[in-house]
Amino acid sequence: MVTIEIDGKKIETESGKMIIEVADAHNIPIPRFCYHKKLSIAANCRMCLVEVEKSRKPLPACATPVADGMKVFTQSQQAIISQKAVMEFLLINHPLDCPICDQGGECELQDVSMGYGPDISRYTEEKRVVDDENLGSLISTDMTRCIQCTRCVRFGEEVAGFRELGATDRGENMQIGTYVKSGMRSEISGNIIDLCPVGALTSKPYRFTARAWELTQANSIAPHDCLGSHIYLHTRRQEVMRVVPKENEALNETWLSDRDRYSYAGLNHDRVDVPLINNNGIWQETDWSTALNTIVEKLRLVIEKSGAEQIAALASPSSTVEEFYLLQKLMRGLGSHNIDHRLKQCDFSDQTHASIYPHIDFPYADLENKEAILLIGSNIHSEQPLAAVRLRKAVLRGASAWVINPVDYDMHFPVKKSDITTALVEHTAKIAKALLEDKPADIPAGAEALLTTIHVDSGAKEIAHALKKANKAVVILGAIAEQHPQAATLRALAHTIGHLSGARIVIFTEGANSAGAWLAGAIPHREAAGKSVAKFGLTARESLEAKLKAYILFGIEPELDCANPHLALEALKNADFVVVMSAYKNKEMTKYADIILPITPFTETSGTFVNLSGIWQSFQGCVPPFSEARPGWKVLRVLGNFFDLPDFEYASSEQVSDELKALTETINLAKGYSWYFPKSLKESSHSLQRIAEWPIYRIDSLVRRSEPLQRSATLEPLGVRMNGKTAENLQLKANDMALVQQNDNEVNLPVIIDARIPDNVVGVAAGYAETAHLGDTFSEIIVKKA
Amino acid sequence: MIDEQKNTVVLSKEILQEIDTWVEKYPPDQKQSAVLFALTLVQEKHGGWLTEALMDAVADYLGMPRVAVYEVATFYSMYDLKPVGRHKIHVCNNISCMLRNSDEVIQHLENKLDIKVGQTTADGKFTLKTAECLAACANAPMMQIDKTYYEDLTKEKIDKILEQFD
Repeated sequence: MVTIEIDGKKIETESGKMIIEVADAHNIPIPRFCYHKKLSIAANCRMCLVEVEKSRKPLPACATPVADGMKVFTQSQQAIISQKAVMEFLLINHPLDCPICDQGGECELQDVSMGYGPDISRYTEEKRVVDDENLGSLISTDMTRCIQCTRCVRFGEEVAGFRELGATDRGENMQIGTYVKSGMRSEISGNIIDLCPVGALTSKPYRFTARAWELTQANSIAPHDCLGSHIYLHTRRQEVMRVVPKENEALNETWLSDRDRYSYAGLNHDRVDVPLINNNGIWQETDWSTALNTIVEKLRLVIEKSGAEQIAALASPSSTVEEFYLLQKLMRGLGSHNIDHRLKQCDFSDQTHASIYPHIDFPYADLENKEAILLIGSNIHSEQPLAAVRLRKAVLRGASAWVINPVDYDMHFPVKKSDITTALVEHTAKIAKALLEDKPADIPAGAEALLTTIHVDSGAKEIAHALKKANKAVVILGAIAEQHPQAATLRALAHTIGHLSGARIVIFTEGANSAGAWLAGAIPHREAAGKSVAKFGLTARESLEAKLKAYILFGIEPELDCANPHLALEALKNADFVVVMSAYKNKEMTKYADIILPITPFTETSGTFVNLSGIWQSFQGCVPPFSEARPGWKVLRVLGNFFDLPDFEYASSEQVSDELKALTETINLAKGYSWYFPKSLKESSHSLQRIAEWPIYRIDSLVRRSEPLQRSATLEPLGVRMNGKTAENLQLKANDMALVQQNDNEVNLPVIIDARIPDNVVGVAAGYAETAHLGDTFSEIIVKKA
Repeated sequence: MIDEQKNTVVLSKEILQEIDTWVEKYPPDQKQSAVLFALTLVQEKHGGWLTEALMDAVADYLGMPRVAVYEVATFYSMYDLKPVGRHKIHVCNNISCMLRNSDEVIQHLENKLDIKVGQTTADGKFTLKTAECLAACANAPMMQIDKTYYEDLTKEKIDKILEQFD
């Protein structure tokens, strides 16, 4: 500890800190442009010059470490003169275009120049002009305004680990750009807009639509991944104008993924505005009470004729806790346990062994302190962009990372070894077996029997021992593992590895609120708060396979959201009665639905998401519901009333979540996973395999409608992806049209040669209308020349 | 040869071997230290200038972000990013040479070659560039053609020197 004095104020602080950090912690303002607490120190703007006693020159506060007895003056004559001089230099080449600059009103340069800038410029020579570069659909550039603080460059290098921007040329000609004029592909590129202290990098979709001072700020929770990043929704005249991150060190730090930042652009596309009813093939607008009465009448008819088990409800994993709770209460009130949110999954065999709800048992932020990381089946930068940032931090701090993936995704951080294989199970099993061979005392029953045929290799041993040796190790299962046909086996193996090595398990669940869905009982085998069910309902998969009489779809587009879209569409078209509750409509919906009820996206309803750490995060609606749309929880509540179900009197969403919260407080929420091992491991297939990922901006109805995200270079073009060798075997070349067949359904897709994919595997993405008639996401596929 | 998957040029074995001799001079985790030499070599072997594909190949080989190589290549004047003639003339125009009439040297070269600074002669023989101080102030004015320094320049001397090149 050292004692320093800033502007006469005595401060005790840790040694090694920079003056600016200490000043910031004590709310002593020092102007700055290049310094940012999350980035390395560049000290190139010189704006933070301060006077330090016994120093002959003013010193940059961002790059001067504190020393005992140091006296710092931020407002002395020398400090002010230096700061004013720097400001004058910075303004030499900066255009005076604040009235037409999007940053105006929230610009660090504008603010600082109010305090330190001269009223009139002494500079009469020509100003520098820099060409603008097209960085893609998300970021707008006005590079003449750039003051070359290099925050954006350092962000790419240090945080994203994917450096796309650089400072090319030198001296007066230096400029920031990609040089090759390619759009940015980072999943978190939008953060450079927040970092840019001037108007050089601004948001393209938001551009010229509003002024900072016209906006109203509302707190909310990001609705696209299980992190639950804190966000601000900026609204004007009851419209969401943009989304920016709200600092939260425990979750999203100061960052936000592009998906969470730009999905708002899809909020008002294809909205269902009034309840719609299918009258013998003709879609008619109707009023709420007619629509609800019809639902009651038709569902009662199904129940009378065929029983309540003939009804199933499928909900989006990004629905709110309140919606899940009321939907399951409604379904169970009607007598059916057929409710599920696990639409993208296909292996449910361990569901009764699962913990009360999926969550991690350590603080999420601690991910960056892990020393050994094993990532199984995860394109983490696409699935959980900000969790990838934490992992990168861990690796830069010295952690070792191993990857077992079916595609060689670019991890943006150094990986010790990547096993690129479709045999995820076998490769994971080898590590578990390596740990078993060390003869541990406490072996989970069934593990040894399952792994008898597995042969350990040196690679697996290395990983096993590293996980065991590390003080803090973690095994991460991503979306690909969760959606895998043998997901239960993978979970069992991951838990075995965790159990025997001491590594913690992280399962990145789909959507924003899978944890909430489990707690609220939006699963067929447990009621709210984990209460067991005597006779299990049907899982998402089973209810589609069973071709039931009636379905209730909540916030989903089954042909884009289900593991087997073909199966889903067949089941729905075959059903007698399909109710769709959705904010958005699409063409397919009008073919299978009988009634479409307009509900609201997260910006128009209050609700709660439970994140991966088990934190309940509630938010309020910040704009009124679109047209006649109503919040999902209200629709379900009224539907409960129309069915005369008991205990359906809720005046607010808080009452709903409070009721569930009270239920969860009566049980042991920490109750964990119990061992489940299948009898044997499945033989891997030798025929051509399909790997289907939901691409980053195709995961839910909202992002699919965000046009800027759809045009972003981050979203890889749709096609049938294969490596050069597979293409040669199939006698295909790049850009050929290929005929892709799965269960008698076929589509034509262009061939894309992709060296990241292993032999005898093709990547055909899910979540597109073009692939919505194909079958299972991970299964055999036929590809030939069209 | 073009590497279609990576969209870069495939560097020849000889070039890679030579780059390796430089890579070996640095600690194994600092391969990028060899970037200046690698670019110089690759430029020399590929017609005197660097295409994006060549820079990408160097970046990939040294495990650097591609944009970091563009930064280096745009920073130093000895790298050319546009097609050049067979011989590159760099005339120093910094203070010592300027005081010894480097302006006239440049003027004379421009007239003689019928090009402006930064341009290449129609026959593709010479590219004329100016350079910052090349550390031969004692014998100013000076110029560098390819790898050779020519000092104490006069118009007559320049004419003679240029005759040596084809």
